[in-house]
Amino acid sequence: MFLGRVVGCVWSTMKDRNLVGQRFLLVQPLSPQLKPTGKRQLCTDCIGAGAGELVYWCRGKESSFPFLPAEVPTDSTIVGIVDSVHDQQC
Amino acid sequence: MILARVVGSVVATRKDPRLEGKKLLILKPISPDGKDEAGYVVSVDTVSAGVRETVIAVSGSSARMAEGCKDLPVDSTIVGIVDTVHLEA
Repeated sequence: MFLGRVVGCVWSTMKDRNLVGQRFLLVQPLSPQLKPTGKRQLCTDCIGAGAGELVYWCRGKESSFPFLPAEVPTDSTIVGIVDSVHDQQC
Repeated sequence: MILARVVGSVVATRKDPRLEGKKLLILKPISPDGKDEAGYVVSVDTVSAGVRETVIAVSGSSARMAEGCKDLPVDSTIVGIVDTVHLEA
């Protein structure tokens, strides 16, 4: 799973039937120091994250599990909103 | 999932029988602000996308969860056509 910040959203009307009602959010991956790292990623959202929020998301087939029994065709999903990060690297 | 622009199509006659009738499109991945990114992807189209449209493509085993793709030998599927991309300032 990866840390990130929600930086935008994508609207799509014409989409797979099982994606109806899902929100697409753009997430900027972050380092534990909360510095941007890597390319922005398109994710579905199962917890109602909003713009600017610190979140973590998972990749792969597992990202469709939060939506079971619906078979949502997604390969990255926001699965948690982060309250705090404790970085103990020096 | 990736954002991508449709740049062409692929026609194949000799292929796995389960892929018969499936439309194959060539995608160029793009960043949220519309700039081209490296590489190309061949994707199965399930939403009737056309050339120059911006689409959402899902990859890996989740690609088989799209409508009509169950048990198909595919690892990238177009599952949505993008209307707008909104980036926070």
